[in-house]
Amino acid sequence: MNNMNLLEILSYGFIQRALLAGTLIALLCSVLGVFLVLRRMSLIGDGLAHVTFGSTAIALALKLYSAMSLLVSMPVVLLASLGILKLTEKNRLSGDAAIGIVSALGISVGIILASVGGGYNVDLLSYLFGNILSISREEVVIAALLCVGVLLLLTLYYQELFAISFSEELAKVSGIRTSFINSVLVLLTALSVVLAMKLVGIMLISSMLIVPAASALQLARGFRVCIVLAALQGCGSVIIGIVISILTNLPASATIVVVNLTLFLISYLVRRTIYSNPA
Amino acid sequence: MHDEIVRTEQLACCYREGRVLEDISFRVKRGDYVGIVGPNGSGKSTLVKALLGLVDISSGGAALFGSPLAGFRDWRRVGYLPQSLHLVNPVFPATVHETVGLGLLSLKRFPKSLNSGDRIKIDDTLEELGIYDLRLKLIGELSGGQLQRVLLARAIVNNPELLVLDEPTAALDPETRERFYTMIGNLNRTRGVTVMLVTHDSGAIGLHASKMLYLDKKILFYGSFEEFCHSPEMSSMFGEHSQHLMCHRH
Repeated sequence: MNNMNLLEILSYGFIQRALLAGTLIALLCSVLGVFLVLRRMSLIGDGLAHVTFGSTAIALALKLYSAMSLLVSMPVVLLASLGILKLTEKNRLSGDAAIGIVSALGISVGIILASVGGGYNVDLLSYLFGNILSISREEVVIAALLCVGVLLLLTLYYQELFAISFSEELAKVSGIRTSFINSVLVLLTALSVVLAMKLVGIMLISSMLIVPAASALQLARGFRVCIVLAALQGCGSVIIGIVISILTNLPASATIVVVNLTLFLISYLVRRTIYSNPA
Repeated sequence: MHDEIVRTEQLACCYREGRVLEDISFRVKRGDYVGIVGPNGSGKSTLVKALLGLVDISSGGAALFGSPLAGFRDWRRVGYLPQSLHLVNPVFPATVHETVGLGLLSLKRFPKSLNSGDRIKIDDTLEELGIYDLRLKLIGELSGGQLQRVLLARAIVNNPELLVLDEPTAALDPETRERFYTMIGNLNRTRGVTVMLVTHDSGAIGLHASKMLYLDKKILFYGSFEEFCHSPEMSSMFGEHSQHLMCHRH
């Protein structure tokens, strides 16, 4: 591929599918990430990714591949996200402990099924590191539909999500049903994690949620601006990462994450420069 | 218009470590300014949180504006200002304008969004509290006194009839504290806002409070400020010096 020009590369159907689905998934992850990071729930992405691993192992054991595996993954991960929320309600358990428990359950189920099933280990491993370039037409359609749904819900509940991220206590006294909004947030995160599995793989999903938000927090002056910056970085890193990976034959998932981390480093340095030289 | 803003009947709250409040019965009328005082761990914060539905009531009951708390939905009539330093995440990227706007959500139906009229309301409230110039600043860039005024603006932007303040000046210097109490006193007098103020600041409470509630898990005193000042029981319980501090400036 090294000798091809960029326009020729972009004319391939599989590249176009990867760019379209990747950008949509990155948009979701980065916007949700702002709420999760500010609510100190960053690692929920990691925990749910491990559950996705377990649920994918179940799907493969049932001979459900590609888009069909979502039939198992979606409900299992959605339930796991509500489980994490339930465990943390009324401070029964801290958030990190609840995520740790659900995460351990997911990964252990995955390992046991992988070990028993033997034959589908290779398929399962491909989910660990993602392969956006192999995304099918059906998967793109599912990703697009889910992205539209999630973005619509995020828009409708934007003010409530902003309010609970600022202070759950104050949000309650403003009449906001905080437990309902928390459920909306973790359910949307669960959907995004399942979709992002194809993009960057289970091992790197949390970086798609955390890094764009962390970068935006370095530079943003305003909550809306923060969300826009995170979305721009999330989408930009997917486009740049996919193009670089094609030109250099590097794995797309890791390249996307490295681009993301580079942008975080730049944001961090810009902030440090601004604060050490205030106008 | 309902003149009984808050009513509690034998209210009790328990945490794991035991009973924090018991047999709490009192009424707050429209326009009252109630100072809630008591020693550390006496249940002052728990009481206001119970009234706002933020902690569970174990027995007894409470009502706001005549509606039992369990079914109360009219939160636009209530403003709440907690201790700000515990509340605000210093890296939260919201501007002062955005933060104050959150106070208007109780007035909105689904899907909640702010319009140009709301933005004018926010600007007017910022002007009223003398912090209009801060509107584009991030909340993490504010001093303790500025942040407290921003959170007060958030609490009053929806024109609440009841304002509940939980030790709002704990982190402020004496001068800022006095300015802050003057603002709350003005809201009570000019807008007729009913105020419930939890404080350790015995000097400042005497300037404005019309009623005092002295709490130590139970109500030990509830009555007018004048009665409080002339109560020999309060003098022995609260200490003559503290009682004098409160009363001599009134």
